[in-house]
Amino acid sequence: MIKGIDAQRLVAVFLGGWVVFNYPLLGLWDQDPTLLGLPAFPVALFLIWGLLIAMVAWLMERPGADRADD
Amino acid sequence: MLSASAVIGVSFAYLLVLFGVAWLGDLRARQGRSLIDNAWIYALSLAVYCTAWTYFGSVGRAASGGVWFLPIYLGPTLAMALGWMVLRKMVRIAKTYRITSIADFIGSRYGKSPLLAGLVTVIAVIGIVPYIALQLKAVSAGYALLTAADGLLPTSSSQHWTSDGTFYVALALAGFTMVFGARHLDTTERHEGMVAAIAFEGVVKLVAFLAVGIFVTWGLFDGLGDLAARAKAEPALSRLLHLEQGGSFAWAQWFALTLLSMLSVLFLPRQFQIMVVENVRESHLRRAAWLFPLYLLVINLFVLPIALGGLLYFGQGKMDPETFVLSLPLAAGQHALALFAFIGGLSAATGMVIVETIAVSTMVSNELVMPLLLRMGRLGAGAGPELTRLLLGIRRAAILVVLLLGYGYFHLAGEAYALVSIGLISFAAVAQFAPAVLGGLYWRGGTRRGAIVGLAAGILMWAYTLMLPSIAKSGWMGIHFLVDGPWGLAMLRPEQFMGLRGFDNLTHSLFWSLLVNVGAYVGLSLWRAPSGQEASQALLFVDVFQRTAQSSPVFWRGKARVSDLRRLCERFLGARKSDELFEGYARRAGLRSVDAIAPDPRLVQYVETRLGGAVGSASARVLVASVAQEDPLTPDDVLRILDEASQLRAYSRELEEKSHSLERATTGLREANEELKSLDRLKDDFMSSVTHELRTPLTSIRALAELIRDEADMPAAQRQQFIGIIVAETERLSRLVNQVLDMAKIESGHAEWHISTVDLRELLQNAVTITAELFHERGARVLLAVPEQAPTLQADADRLLQVMLNLLSNAAKFVPNSGGEVRIGLLTDAEGATVTVQDNGPGIPPDQRGIIFDRFRQGGDAQNRPQGTGLGLPISQEIVKHFGGRLWHEAVDGGHPRFLFFLPWHAAGARPDNRQTGEKA
Repeated sequence: MIKGIDAQRLVAVFLGGWVVFNYPLLGLWDQDPTLLGLPAFPVALFLIWGLLIAMVAWLMERPGADRADD
Repeated sequence: MLSASAVIGVSFAYLLVLFGVAWLGDLRARQGRSLIDNAWIYALSLAVYCTAWTYFGSVGRAASGGVWFLPIYLGPTLAMALGWMVLRKMVRIAKTYRITSIADFIGSRYGKSPLLAGLVTVIAVIGIVPYIALQLKAVSAGYALLTAADGLLPTSSSQHWTSDGTFYVALALAGFTMVFGARHLDTTERHEGMVAAIAFEGVVKLVAFLAVGIFVTWGLFDGLGDLAARAKAEPALSRLLHLEQGGSFAWAQWFALTLLSMLSVLFLPRQFQIMVVENVRESHLRRAAWLFPLYLLVINLFVLPIALGGLLYFGQGKMDPETFVLSLPLAAGQHALALFAFIGGLSAATGMVIVETIAVSTMVSNELVMPLLLRMGRLGAGAGPELTRLLLGIRRAAILVVLLLGYGYFHLAGEAYALVSIGLISFAAVAQFAPAVLGGLYWRGGTRRGAIVGLAAGILMWAYTLMLPSIAKSGWMGIHFLVDGPWGLAMLRPEQFMGLRGFDNLTHSLFWSLLVNVGAYVGLSLWRAPSGQEASQALLFVDVFQRTAQSSPVFWRGKARVSDLRRLCERFLGARKSDELFEGYARRAGLRSVDAIAPDPRLVQYVETRLGGAVGSASARVLVASVAQEDPLTPDDVLRILDEASQLRAYSRELEEKSHSLERATTGLREANEELKSLDRLKDDFMSSVTHELRTPLTSIRALAELIRDEADMPAAQRQQFIGIIVAETERLSRLVNQVLDMAKIESGHAEWHISTVDLRELLQNAVTITAELFHERGARVLLAVPEQAPTLQADADRLLQVMLNLLSNAAKFVPNSGGEVRIGLLTDAEGATVTVQDNGPGIPPDQRGIIFDRFRQGGDAQNRPQGTGLGLPISQEIVKHFGGRLWHEAVDGGHPRFLFFLPWHAAGARPDNRQTGEKA
């Protein structure tokens, strides 16, 4: 089912996403200090989210991406 | 406040624009210049996931729970990470087997079961109608807010339905959906115009929401930092910026919401419609896999700022947070912005309603009405005229009914729930499809029985633990069974089933429903092995990537008649479409005409798949079975067919290889034949040339000899002259014969070669000495330029000398009568030596350059062609080739000819074929 390095990378992003967005890692960002005057927690959430999307985008769009089947 | 006519006018103007976009999309599709064959448009159309629930409800949720609006969007992000694998598989299956909806998908996977497809349809309708109601409610509430006299909200339910704008919005949407979603019966069930409109709506709602967000953040407040600082100052708001809002964080609920949204984005009927059925190209998934999550991220950026802004602006508990998107600009006097925000919400709501209605109506007509009509015998074989119109009528009626159901639900229950809870209840219903679909994609062992019982158990559990309590809580029935359990059985309390505590009711319901669903699905699948029909469909689905159109096995056994199948197609698809289908089949099968089509299983499968695109796989199965004599398929048959298919695949690969080699051989033969033909022609030419060349000297010899014989008193001087001519002509004859023999020997490989060490400088000098007299007679100068040192090579010195003499004698023939000049050069490099012979005679005309190396072809026209046999150059060329070199001709400045030959240092004695040597001169 998971042939090809890119497919494995996508699965890794998927599993990694589950881990960082759940107990207990998500709790680590719930801090009082602010980032540039913004509350750390929501900012961290959006940053991690954006990072995940960027990883998927890189895997999907880079030239010569692995075009393996399933 | 805004005037009602302004709001209604702008809303309908927006709907008109939507009609325009959809019309354009359909027009472009008809012209073959698809508007939606574009990865960006595809990704934007997926944003139909963001409904009015996102648009208004997220802010409401953020206002009470902070970051709790996010899991609904994190789930899809995670799902899309696997989109390239999971979604692409669904797309491939749907395209290959002409799947039209998620009910069709599930029913088709488990042996084309009408019962299963019907069950999925019922679940979808039950789950989706409240969701459609939610959209109407959002539009209605938004309209009420915009037109209310400051702060006074009329309750929409007090209005009579004829004066309710929402009713007309619902009718307008039904009209739109009928026009763009059920105009014609298609075997692919794709609606380009509708998708274009949905993508357009995706842009509108995003821009509108961002506009409100930017206005609230920088217009009403002094940026994000200011909002955060002010929120921090109020403890009630400060907690919204943190994970643990006072108590311990409900990790289970967070997980459940993420999982729920992950499943919903795949299995909501509208998502399935847009992502799978309407997909134009699989490769579009690549962009959608990140662009759609990015869209979700962007549209959520300002949810928290708007929620905080609203709470700070109005004060807590003064205004419903779900209206902040509209009420904030309205309160600040930004009426245009408020109207734009309303249009954004309208686009979010209409997009969802349109796609969901198309998806659900397709299911209802294909999986509920059609099987029912078939069962009643209304559509059986041989009865009734063309049914296309009827099918479309059913589809349109289903659209209207679904929308009116949504409207009715909104009127009855709309006021009871918050937007968020309705949405989540729908999500939980749709999540029940997950085991059957995901299991069906990757597990061959899943059976029809398992899927049916799993789904039924799951949805019953959902109804009992989630739907029923929410109905009870809205006051339509007593809530005592919630508190004490039915019949006083505390174990059966819907929200603490089996005494399970510690979960919120959504997580609780999701846990129990998915547990019984998966349990029944897996358990029953393992209990009994799948039947032949189920096993065959399982193989077609699970191994879809391993099959191609040519090698896919056809799981069908029986007898059918082409005419019956054709009549079936005509009745359901119309005569024109049916003709197209059969002509397409004949073309692809390589048949001369439609009449040559044989009623084999492949044709039956083809017809069934195409019919399935119009009426659903389960109904198509019944229809085909009604006109064909079928043999039931056993699991053994499936294995046998599979085996045959793989053997066939191996054979066809072998056959393909053989036909390739045959093709190559044919090409080779054809070339050889052409060569033989041209050689034959050459031989004829050669023969006529040789006889011609022999006859000329023979004629003069004979004439002179006769003169000498007949005239006894010929003066001695004249006799001597004649005899001299006879001797010269005889010499020419023997030279010609020798050359012909020489040529034949070299060509046939029988020539003798005497290899020795050759110094080319010496050889050239030698050649010049031998031909000195010749040039002297012609009054020409010979200039020899050789380097002081040159390596030697292994070759036949006599033969090379022959080449040089030939080139020099050629030059001597062509130099002008006075001032003739011949230059001989020798160039050496790492690879070999190049000898050039250049004279200042007239060049060879371009049209003759190609033939001078042919036998008996000589340069110059017939009149002033010099003496010669025409074999010198071909023989020279053969000699040079024998030593691995080549001989060629160039025209230098002034058109003078220059002959060159190249000899490699290390190829003496060998004769490599077709050796290519770069220009050395």
